[in-house]
Order: sequence, then C-alpha cells, then structure tokens
Amino acid sequence: MIRTLPNSKAYTAAYRLFIAVFFIFLFSPLLITMILAFNNSMFPSLPWKGFTLDWFFGRGPDKIGIFHDDSNLRSIFTSIRVAVAVSALSTLVGTMAAFLFEQEDFKFKQVFYFLMLAPLVIPGVILGISILLFTNAVGLFFEDKLGFDMKFLSPGYWLVVFGQFSFITTITTMTISARLKKFDRTLEEAAYNLGANKFEVLRFITLKYLRPSIVGAAAIAFLMSFENFNTTLFLVGSDQTLPINLYLQVRDGSTPVINAIAFLLITFTSIVAVANLYGGNKKDQA
Amino acid sequence: MKNSKPHKIRWSFIIFFTPVALWLFLLIVFPHLELLKMSFTGTDFYGKSGFTLENYGEFFKEPIYWRTFARTALYSIFVTFIVLVISLPVTFYITKIARVKSQGFLTILVLIPFWVSELIRVYGWMILLRESGVINRFLVKLGIFSVPHEMLYNDITMVMGLVYTSMLFMIVPIIGVMESLDDALIEAAYDLGAKKTTIWRKIIIPYVTPGIMSGSIIVFMLVLGSYLTPKLMGGKNALWFTEQIYNSMIIYFNWNQGAAFGFLLLLLSSLIIFVALKVTKQDFKEVVK
Repeated sequence: MIRTLPNSKAYTAAYRLFIAVFFIFLFSPLLITMILAFNNSMFPSLPWKGFTLDWFFGRGPDKIGIFHDDSNLRSIFTSIRVAVAVSALSTLVGTMAAFLFEQEDFKFKQVFYFLMLAPLVIPGVILGISILLFTNAVGLFFEDKLGFDMKFLSPGYWLVVFGQFSFITTITTMTISARLKKFDRTLEEAAYNLGANKFEVLRFITLKYLRPSIVGAAAIAFLMSFENFNTTLFLVGSDQTLPINLYLQVRDGSTPVINAIAFLLITFTSIVAVANLYGGNKKDQA
Repeated sequence: MKNSKPHKIRWSFIIFFTPVALWLFLLIVFPHLELLKMSFTGTDFYGKSGFTLENYGEFFKEPIYWRTFARTALYSIFVTFIVLVISLPVTFYITKIARVKSQGFLTILVLIPFWVSELIRVYGWMILLRESGVINRFLVKLGIFSVPHEMLYNDITMVMGLVYTSMLFMIVPIIGVMESLDDALIEAAYDLGAKKTTIWRKIIIPYVTPGIMSGSIIVFMLVLGSYLTPKLMGGKNALWFTEQIYNSMIIYFNWNQGAAFGFLLLLLSSLIIFVALKVTKQDFKEVVK
C-alpha cells in the first residue's frame, strides 16, 4: 500500500505503469511543441524535414523567425509591459492587504476578507465583462457630465492592467499573508524597546522578514499576468498581448513560429518556476 | 499596538485600508453591480433604455441558450470528477509510494506544465491530435489507421483537454494535505487486516477532503469559465457558455444580453460551490487557504 508496507509485484508494476502514462500524458504536448520548433517545414507537423533554427532567427522571405516577427515581438513587449505593471501593483496592494487582514481590527473585517477572496471563485470571463461594462459606464459619465474623454477607461493597456490586477492581487495577498501569519510580533516589540520608530520597524524587521514571500508573490503575479487570456480577452484594445495574439494565430493556422515562441516560453517559465520553488524552500529553512 | 490609543487617528490603518478598499470596490463590487444593472436594462423600439426582464426572458425562450448553459454546467461537473479520479492515485504515489528522495523532483515535474500558458498546452494537443497531426501520422505508419482521422473538434477530446489544463489545480492542494497524513494510520489499518478499498474509504479520503474540496472548487471554476479549450478543441456545432457570452458581447455587441448571460454563469458557479461546501460541511475560508 505505502512504501513501508509489503506490496505485491503486480500491484507495484501496475502503479508504476499508471504513473509513467500520467507523466507521458503531462509532457507529450509540451515536448512535441518544443521539438517541432526546430523542424525545417512550413507547418507545425511531421514529417521531420531536418533541423533548422529558422523559426527563431529566420529573416524571411518564406520563413520569418520569432526574432524578426514584428507582430509577435510587439505583443511580447506589450505583455511584458502589462506584466511588470500588474506585478508591481498587485504586490504592493497585496502587501498592504496582508497587513490589513493580519494586523488590523476594524468593522466589517469579515465582509472585506470575504470580498478579498471572491475573485478566486469569479470566472475570469465574468471579471473581464464586469470591468468592461463598469469602466465604460464611468467613462460615459465623465464624458457627458464633465466633458472629459477618459482615454484610459476604454479597452487598452490600462484596462488590461486593472482587469488582471483585480484577481492577481488576491493571490499575492494570500501568499504574503501566509508568511505574515507566522511572524513573531515580539520581534517588533523588541525593536520598539530598543528605540526604533514605526517606519524603522516596518523596514528593517517586518518587511525584511516578508521579503521571500514578496519576491515569490511578484514572480507568481508576473507569470499569471503574462499568460492570462480570459480576463484580457474583453479588455484588450489594439495593442494585443501575447496570449491573445497567439490565440488568433492558432485559431487561423500558422507557421512553426508559434512553436518557437512556445519553446522560449516553456523554457523561461520553467526556469522562473524552479528558481521560485528552490529559492522559496531555501529561505524558509534559513 | 492596536486599541492602545483609541482616540488617535490610526494612520497605519488608513494607509493599509485605502488601497485595499479602492481595489475591492472599484474593481470587484461596483463592476458586478453594473453587470447586474446592465442585465436588467433594455432599449425599447424608440431607443429609450429602461428596466426589462427581456434579457433573461430570451435565455429561457431560446433553447440554444439554456441548453448550452446546462451542457457547460454538466460537463464542468463531469470534468471535475474525472480530474479528481486521476489526481488521487497520482498524489498518493508522489507522497506515499515514491522514494522520499524523488518526491521533491516529482512535485516540481508536476508543477512545471502548470506554469505554461493554457494556450500553449492546448496548441500542443492540437499538434498531436489534428488530422495532419503527430499521432495520426504514427498510427497510419504503423498500419492501425488506413487514412488519418480528425481527432480534434469533438466532445471527448474537449473533455480530455479540459482535464489536462485543470488537473494540476487539483493535484497541488491534495498533495499539500496528503503529505501530512501520518503513515502510521495506514500501517495500523493494514496490520488490523483492512483491505485497500477500506483504507481508502475510511482513512485516506476523509483525511484529504479539505484538499479535495479546494481542488474541486478551483477546477470547477476554471473549467466552467474556460474559453480557449472548448473553442479550440471542442465540436464546432456545440458552444461553451463563455463563447455564448463572447458572441453576445463582442460579435453582436448586445451588452445587456451578455451581462444577463454573465450574471447567470456567476450565479451558477456560486450556487454549485455553495452546495458543494454545504454537503461536505466545509468552510469557504478554510477551503481556499
């Protein structure tokens, strides 16, 4: 049954087979996508026509690699701009929310806490359309009553940032709260007794203690923003983010340049994820 | 610190509270109130807008709408169930059967695809399964198929795709709980002659129920609200409800109709999660931790 108990050979073998099939299921789509990024063919499919790096570095005319593909490069750049803003904003507000819910007492705290968790159970599509409807209503209001044209309230960069921020902040709040919960507040008292002021305590004691979780939350927020599709779909303007741009290409059929992008994305996210995991573990033990 | 100086303005509270309140009201509460309001708003023949039940009436009048809705709900429950059935033995293997040394490695291995965007994962399956895809090519070469078959664009493939894209959200919370299950409990039951099925039913499942609940809620939510997978892998003649919403909002530009659909989807997801929590006697706050 478990590793300390005797098991029949057939049981062990069957279980191992199941796990092997599971991992093949898990990785085959990713591996095949990565391999076909190097296929010297106009289509992302077999047969294998030889190794090429054209889908990364090709200058055309028939094979345009990712590093010369303006439309995709632009959408990658847009996604990075969105992800940096979302990551910074959601980590900042998430840290404040963690302090608010862990260290402050106020009326209706439970209601606010529940609201803070709500984005976890609101489908991303619904968040997207609600924010679209609301910002549109606010924009119209300002235009009618005050004669302002609030550009940032129509679909585009800022709306995408707001939309992603609205649910990613829940994740950063929970990540940072989890660590703040374990914080020993006598450390703060000790610092006060030694003459530190509020700001110094916050900066040298509490935030220092929280740093691993803040860094981790920022990394998670970046990745979640970078790959978000559902909420972004309704808020995006003419500057498409990478997932939206890729979606249009996948839907309409495309060259293996998508595989090259996938190769870079999988490599990049794996490195960030593994670094985050190892980094987090090491700091927790220290 | 708190309550020690009740009459002074608590600056720290104001600094922490303001951005959080702005976030929750401007981006969560008000937008959803606007969604609710829009769903009850309609424009009459003369272009005047006012209160109406028409948007919801449309949903019940047109069978295609409520059928899509029911189909999406049932498939989401079905997918969540399949995901659970696969995740239990996998998590059990990682936490209790695999050698202690390889546990961390296996966990990371399971986590990596979870970080890759849903679009890339679906794209991978499209490369494998389509008519000119990799699997067809192998099957034809091996002589199992005489001609390639289209394996995409049907409900079975769509269910598999949904299982694939959401599975990790079940595995992660269950691993978290199963790790803390004391092996001695299982050993004791085994020594007392319990069968494997009894151990699963009486010890393992009850113990990991909190993990199962958090996983199920997240998976159900993701599947119900997913757009990419049903759109790219599902059959062309049956829609997912999110596609219906997208069509109303973006293609027909009927925001009132889209709002009504959106609100119905939100209601459905809240209702099913509420019932699931009540049935298993779990608390929402504990479950999402």
